[in-house]
Amino acid sequence: MSEKEITEMTTPGYEIPPELRHQVTITTLERIYNWGRANSLWPMMFGLACCAIEMIATAASRYDLARFGMEVMRPSPRQSDVLIVSGTVTKKMVPQIVRLYNQMAEPRYVIAMGACASGGGPFKEGYNVVSGIDKFIPVDVYIPGCPPTPQALLNGLIALQKKIERQSLRDLPWYQKGAAEPIPIPVLGPDLMDPRKYALIREVTRRQATQAQEGEVSNE
Amino acid sequence: MSEAVPKIAQIPDLVNLFPNKVQLDTRPGYQGYIVGREHLLDVVRQLRDEYGYDYLSSVTGVDYLPEGKMEVVYHLYKTLGGPALVLKVQTPREEPRVPSLVPLFRGAEFQEREAWDLLGIRFEGHPDLRRILMWEGFAGFPLRKDWREPYFEEEAKPFKSRWPEGFVFRAEDRNPFGDNVQYPPGFDPETWTSPDDEAVYRALKRIGEDDDFHTDTLVVNLGPQHPSTHGVFRMVVSLSEETILDLKPIMGYLHRNHEKIGERNTFLQNMPFTDRLDYLCSMSNNFGYALAVEKLMGIKPPERAEYIRVMMAELTRFLNHIFAIGFLLNDLGAYFTPALYAIEERELILDVFEAVSGSRMMCNYFRFGGVARDVSADILAKVRRLVYDRLPRKVDEMDEFLTHNEIVRERCEGVGVLTAEQAIANSASGPVLRASGVPYDVRRAEPYSIYDRLEFDVAVRYHGDIYDRYLIRLDEMRQSLRILQQVLRDIPDGPIMTGKPQYQVRVPPGEAYGRVEGPKGELGFYVVSNGKPNPWRYHVRAPSFINLTSLADMAIGHKVADVVAILGSIDIVLGEVDR
Repeated sequence: MSEKEITEMTTPGYEIPPELRHQVTITTLERIYNWGRANSLWPMMFGLACCAIEMIATAASRYDLARFGMEVMRPSPRQSDVLIVSGTVTKKMVPQIVRLYNQMAEPRYVIAMGACASGGGPFKEGYNVVSGIDKFIPVDVYIPGCPPTPQALLNGLIALQKKIERQSLRDLPWYQKGAAEPIPIPVLGPDLMDPRKYALIREVTRRQATQAQEGEVSNE
Repeated sequence: MSEAVPKIAQIPDLVNLFPNKVQLDTRPGYQGYIVGREHLLDVVRQLRDEYGYDYLSSVTGVDYLPEGKMEVVYHLYKTLGGPALVLKVQTPREEPRVPSLVPLFRGAEFQEREAWDLLGIRFEGHPDLRRILMWEGFAGFPLRKDWREPYFEEEAKPFKSRWPEGFVFRAEDRNPFGDNVQYPPGFDPETWTSPDDEAVYRALKRIGEDDDFHTDTLVVNLGPQHPSTHGVFRMVVSLSEETILDLKPIMGYLHRNHEKIGERNTFLQNMPFTDRLDYLCSMSNNFGYALAVEKLMGIKPPERAEYIRVMMAELTRFLNHIFAIGFLLNDLGAYFTPALYAIEERELILDVFEAVSGSRMMCNYFRFGGVARDVSADILAKVRRLVYDRLPRKVDEMDEFLTHNEIVRERCEGVGVLTAEQAIANSASGPVLRASGVPYDVRRAEPYSIYDRLEFDVAVRYHGDIYDRYLIRLDEMRQSLRILQQVLRDIPDGPIMTGKPQYQVRVPPGEAYGRVEGPKGELGFYVVSNGKPNPWRYHVRAPSFINLTSLADMAIGHKVADVVAILGSIDIVLGEVDR
C-alpha cells in the first residue's frame, strides 16, 4: 500500500477515539475485500509451452512468486483464481482451455503470457495455431515477450493485482444476480469451429460454393 | 585417405547386392539409394539381419510437386556406429502408397503416422494408421506443397508486404472468417459429426469377456491438462484394477506447424524457430540445424567457434539433465524441493546464455559457419568457476541425497523396464537407449564438430528401468563437466565465423541430414534445398517424439501411478514431441 493510502486509512474522516488511533482502521468493504483478493491469487498449475518453463522459474527460489501471495499453484481449475495461459494455443488444445476456464469458480482472471497467447506470436501463420486466446476467453493482462522473463511475468501479476484493487463490487459481473453463461466450447471439424460463429461460417462457405460453381460454368 | 576408412564406416554397394531392386540416387547433392516400392521390405530386412543396419533413425516424406512424386526417406544406422545408409522410395503423388516398416522396426510407427497425417502417404501394413498431430476429420494434408493455410500470403519469405514495401496488415482482415480458419466450400457446421476419439478407445486392449470372474475394464485419460504430463500430453490407459493393460499416447496439443512455417522461411529465419523445439535446450537445437545446413553448404566453422559450440551444447546437456532429475523427483512425489535445487543451478547456466546471446531461453546463438557473438573473457571466467567449482559439487549433492534414498529406489528399481532389443527396435535414443545397455552416442558413433578429439566416456547402464535412466543422467552430467573442462583448457583465440555474416545464405541444391546427440537423444534435421533461399523440405527428427514409442512397452503391466514416473524418466518436452 502506498503512503497515501495508509494515511487515508488511519485518518478516514471519522472520529476515532484517541486511545484507539493507529490500532483501528476504518475502510470500505470494497477496499478491504479487494485487498484480500488481490494478495491471495492462486494460479492454476497449467503449462502450455515454452512460457511454462519461465513460469516455473518464476515460482522457484530466485524470483519467488510466494512474495505476492501466489505460491499455491492449484492443478484443479475449481480451486484456482488465475489462469495463466503460458504458451502457444493450438486449435487442438483450445477446446480444453475453454472448458478449464468454464470450470473455474468466479471471480476468475486470465493472463495471456507471451506473444503466442496474446496474438499467435511467431507461430501465428501456422495452420494449427489460434491467434491469441482472447478470441475465445476474456483476458485481463497481456504480457509481451517470447518468452517473457520472470520479471515480466511478475510485473504482469502486479498489474493484475492493481486492476483487482480498483474493481468495484457493484459492477463486477460475478456479483450480479443469475448464473454466468459458460463460453461455448469450440468444436474440431474440418477446421476449428466456434459455435458463436456458425451463421458466419455457413454464409461464407455457401458463397464460396456458389462462386466455385459459377467459376466452373464460366470456364465451360 | 580412402583406404584408411574403417570397415564399419563403409556403406555396402547396394546396387550390386540387390540388382534390379535398387538404384543409386544420382541427383546432384543427393546421396543414398532409391529402392523399388515392392522390394522395400525385403531389402531392409536383409540390411537389418545381414549387414547390421539395425537402427532406423528417421522416416520422413518429401513432396516433390514439380515432378509429381512423393518420396519417403529412411535413414538407417548401425548401433555399432558409422554413417547413415539413406534409402528412398518413390511413389506417385496422386495416390501415394508405401509398404510400412513397422513389422521390422517398431520405431517407424509414429513417424509413419506423422507422414500420413501431414503428407497423406498411406503406409500399407501399418497397424494403427491414424492422424497423430492433427485431429481426425481435419481437412487436407498440410505439408503438401499445394495445400495452403488460412493465413496464406505467399509461397516464400520474405513476403513482399513486409519487405521492401513495408506495408503490414493484420492477417485476420484478409480472411473471410476473420480468423485462422478455412472450410470446404458449401460446408455446414450444423451437420458435422465429430469422429472424436472413438478409434483410440476401440483400439485399446481390454479384458477378455470370457473371463470367469466378470470385471470391467476401466479407461482413464491422463492429460492434456495434468500436472504430471510435462506439458500438454495425453495418455489413454485401460486398466484392470490398477494394472495397465494398454496405453496409447495422444499428442499434437502443441503442434505449432514448425515444418510448414520452416518451409516458408529462409534458411536463417529457421534458426530462432529451432530454439522453440525443445525449449529447454535451445543451444543443442541450433547446433543440429546449423550442422545440417553447413553440410549442404560445404563450410566448416573456425576452431574457436567449434569450441564455443561444444561448450554451449554441453552446458545445455547439464541443465537439461539436472532439470529432468528435479522433475522426475516431482513425479515421484517429492513435490518441488529437488526441482528447486535443480532450477537454482539452471539459473546460473542461463545467466551465461543470457550474457552470450541476450536471451535466457531462446538463444538463437548459432549461425551457419560460426556463432553470433564471441564469448568474452569475463564469461569464460564465470563458466570456469561453474565448471570447476560449483556444478561438480551440486552433482555430488544430488547423488548423495537421492541415489540411495529408500523411496526413490523403491519406486524406480525394476519399474518401466525397456530391454536393449526393444530399445533398438523402437528407435529409442539418448539416455533412454543407453540406460538399456546400448552404448550408442552420436558424439562417438559419428563424431561431429570437435568431439573426436575430446576425451569422455559414453555412459551406459544395463537394467533399463527408471532408476538406471536416472543414474545415467548423473553419469552424463559428470561427463559433460569433463568435456567442459577440456574445452575451457584448450579454447583457442581467433575468428568466430567463416566468411562474413549474411542474412541470406546461398545453399546449393541437395539434401543433408545433420544430427547431434541432444540431451534427450538423437536430434536430426533433414533439409532439402533446391537452390532457392528457402528450404524445399525441412524435417525434424525429434528424440522426445520417437522415445515415446517405448512408453507403452515400459508401462504395460505396471500400476497406473507408475506411468507418471515412467513418463518423467523418458524426459519429454512437448515442443519437440509435437513440433
